[in-house]
Amino acid sequence: MNPDLKAEDDPQVVATTYGPEHRLQSERGDPDAAFAKAPAKLDQTYVTPSETHNPIELQGTTAIWDGQMLTLYEESQAIFNMRTVLAQMFGLPKENVRVITKFVGSGFGSKLWPWTHCSLAAAAARQLGKPVKLVLSRKMMFQTAGHRARTQQRMRLGATQEGKLVSLMQDYVYERSMLDEYHENCGEATPFHYSVPNLRVKFGRARRNIGSPSDMRGPGAVPGLYATESAMNELADQLKIDPVQFRVLNEPKIDESLGVPFSSRHLLECLQLGAEKFGWSKRTPEIGSMKRDGLTLGWGMATAAWVAARFAAAANIQLRDDGTTRIACGTQDIGTGTYTILAQLAAERTGVPLEKVEVALGDTSLPEGPVSGGSMATASVIPAVLDAADDAIKSLLTVATTTPGSPFEKRKNDELAFENGRVFVKANGPASGVPFADLLRSADLRFVTGNGQSNATFGEEKKEKPKFSTHSYGCHFVEVTWQPEIARLRVNRVVSVMDAGRIINPLAGRNQIEGAVVMGIGMALFEHTTYDPQNGAPINSNVADYIMAVNADVPKLEVHFLDYPDTEINPLGARGIGEIGLAGIAAAITAATHHATGVRVRELPITIEKLI
Amino acid sequence: MKLFELSRADDPGQAIAAGAKATTAQQGADIRFIAGGTTLIDLMKLNVEAPQKVVDVTHLPLAKIETLSDGGLKIGAMVRNSDLAYHPIVRKDYAVLSEAILSGASPQLRNMATTAGNLLQRTRCMYFRDTTMPCNKREPGSGCAAITGVNRSLAILGTSEHCIATNPSDMNVALAALEAIIHIRGTKGDRSVPISDFHLLPGDTPQRETVLEPGDLIIHVTLPPPAPGSRSFYLKLRDRASYEFALASAAVVVTVDGGKITGARVALGGVGTKPWRSPEAETELTGQAATEAVFRKAADAALRDAKPQSQNGFKVELAKRCLVHALKLVTQTA
Repeated sequence: MNPDLKAEDDPQVVATTYGPEHRLQSERGDPDAAFAKAPAKLDQTYVTPSETHNPIELQGTTAIWDGQMLTLYEESQAIFNMRTVLAQMFGLPKENVRVITKFVGSGFGSKLWPWTHCSLAAAAARQLGKPVKLVLSRKMMFQTAGHRARTQQRMRLGATQEGKLVSLMQDYVYERSMLDEYHENCGEATPFHYSVPNLRVKFGRARRNIGSPSDMRGPGAVPGLYATESAMNELADQLKIDPVQFRVLNEPKIDESLGVPFSSRHLLECLQLGAEKFGWSKRTPEIGSMKRDGLTLGWGMATAAWVAARFAAAANIQLRDDGTTRIACGTQDIGTGTYTILAQLAAERTGVPLEKVEVALGDTSLPEGPVSGGSMATASVIPAVLDAADDAIKSLLTVATTTPGSPFEKRKNDELAFENGRVFVKANGPASGVPFADLLRSADLRFVTGNGQSNATFGEEKKEKPKFSTHSYGCHFVEVTWQPEIARLRVNRVVSVMDAGRIINPLAGRNQIEGAVVMGIGMALFEHTTYDPQNGAPINSNVADYIMAVNADVPKLEVHFLDYPDTEINPLGARGIGEIGLAGIAAAITAATHHATGVRVRELPITIEKLI
Repeated sequence: MKLFELSRADDPGQAIAAGAKATTAQQGADIRFIAGGTTLIDLMKLNVEAPQKVVDVTHLPLAKIETLSDGGLKIGAMVRNSDLAYHPIVRKDYAVLSEAILSGASPQLRNMATTAGNLLQRTRCMYFRDTTMPCNKREPGSGCAAITGVNRSLAILGTSEHCIATNPSDMNVALAALEAIIHIRGTKGDRSVPISDFHLLPGDTPQRETVLEPGDLIIHVTLPPPAPGSRSFYLKLRDRASYEFALASAAVVVTVDGGKITGARVALGGVGTKPWRSPEAETELTGQAATEAVFRKAADAALRDAKPQSQNGFKVELAKRCLVHALKLVTQTA
């Protein structure tokens, strides 16, 4: 038992211990000494329960063998990873496995990695010599197809009376199965998010007889920020400092864990805009002091952060003799709008109108694309797509200058330009342009092709320190209503502001943030996979008993984007937005709940029994 | 789901004759009537119900709502929940019934579910619905995993050491407060059973939930005429705002005359093993002034015999608040 977690006065902390596997994640200064001397202190433990992803579409595989060739129709968030795993398991060269995923009915991380049913379907199909389709039941989706790990996080914060942090310690434990190596990285954002000279993040793991946990939308940072943001809110209350002001006081100038500047961080502007849109200045801090229409109001807020990085990506673009273009990339659209984003990128770079762009995704026979995970698909594909488009344009210009009878014959490539789908001599201006389809037809070419590629900034073990610390940021302001006479708590209004670089598609982007906020309402108020205490089975393994937010629980959601391009990540400056909307929201709701009811809920979800 | 034989009954006599061959009309019946199917098909998919024969009763001429000569209402067994909830007389004279039905399930389910089917709605106890778990209701003698397990949503009134399963219906709670009569036709003729006697307490036979015997067919439900000057109301409390079974609910039918309660009928949902009529609360209310203190006394009386389990102790206070608030709203002068 690790002494750090053995808080004698808090028996629930002792229920899970580090065991022999504890690890130091980040450390600077002397956090123990600074905490001991701090004039203001907070020492609390926060618990997030197991949650289950519950995409509407169940997981399923259709496996077809043709000799030594295996084709899998999947709903995967990572087709190339699945190909690698299945090839290994069946002793096949990778080229003999093809994975096809044209559409996904949401994944939330549950479909990132292959689960047992994938290989089972493939093995059965091989055995039977016939195609086999295997679809999990909803109940099975709760058992061995991943879930968010239960976490328990002890937060110790020390500050001066003026509200400057002097020490921050996070000790977290998460549950995993008897076999896996999964890491619920609750300390992901802790080391850089606030300015504090003394800091330590440690973690431990507890093995349980449960299915393996896996990534669930915002893995690590979502439970992690629930704890750190709750602790920040509690300490602000203790110091009688406005929670927004408390963040302002502790805003870092650089990433203090790495000692490097942020590539683009505008958290203070998020807070300013959010407070203004929400009307935060009208908040009176006393508990239960705000009323409207016979209801008690509670106002709370929290900030958010999520890593921004790229996976390796390759893409291919064809400019075709019918005036259309086709862009191909072996990534997936998991409902987030990847088809649309790629079409937009191709249209913008080639000038071919959107309706003439064909997008091919979700097939391992295409150039290898990124995982649809970590909010990195868009950021990863951008450089590869732009590169491919430029390559295709280069080929086109070569056709223009080398085809006998071409109006540009004998010109040099660099004398020409390509805009809005037309090739023209720079000196003569775009009006003189010839449509690319005409050039291809006169050259008897069906199409020209360009290939593009970009490297990864995530997942590779780096020897040297990165030049910049790159993340997305945001904040949520929440209003809850409380009716003590019937113990009814409802989220009534949410204002979210996101600093996620350039937003490529504002509609799809807003949809991601709104969807995440709805999921956050579920996380804060409802979601909890309960295990039977006698036999360990997830017992509420259906969507009637596993309570999630429904339409009637969703209030007015207001989403704002700051739209500062972060060109350190890619030429367009776009970071990911799939997960950050879920970070911080639960802490904002628990703070609002405290403001309305006076009850601090430190173990999610905020069920009625905790308020009664 | 196990294979079964589907047949269709064109008149009640055919249905009764087919049903009479069953060994039981309770849990594990080998012959089942099917109407909306919103409970039965669900349980058949889970293998909790596995009838060999299923008799379709949707074509029986029992889908009418008629006013009775005494001013009461006759509701056919096959009347769909949506039709019942939106019927103008129900909305006007039996508002509690309309509100109760509309607080449950979803429009799609309510369009399918029938009056008789809702009366026979089965518990949502997670252990009952999981055939790998012990459950005395599903498999008598196997034990109750809920008492030692996850029991947050389960009953605190009318339980036994063998079963704590909640009756999940909202409609039944309203019908209990309205003193509905269930009209049953069986092999021995017709009989009428007040709703308070229709559902059984689990005791040591939790597999028996109603008084129905093989061949019994619910024909219709009647409601007595509304008491002059009475008002009614249904309040349902749950975690989320929609599409969830009640953690606590209250159906109240109250007459107030000159500030005094002259008549009160109270039933609770989400807390009982059957729709929970509370004569104790009614006694506390009748003849008293319509004040919060009186409502609170009535609520205390209604929950006096509550037996909470490890996780559902909060339901005692929640049900009290629910009843007090329902009484407050129903007695508020417009």
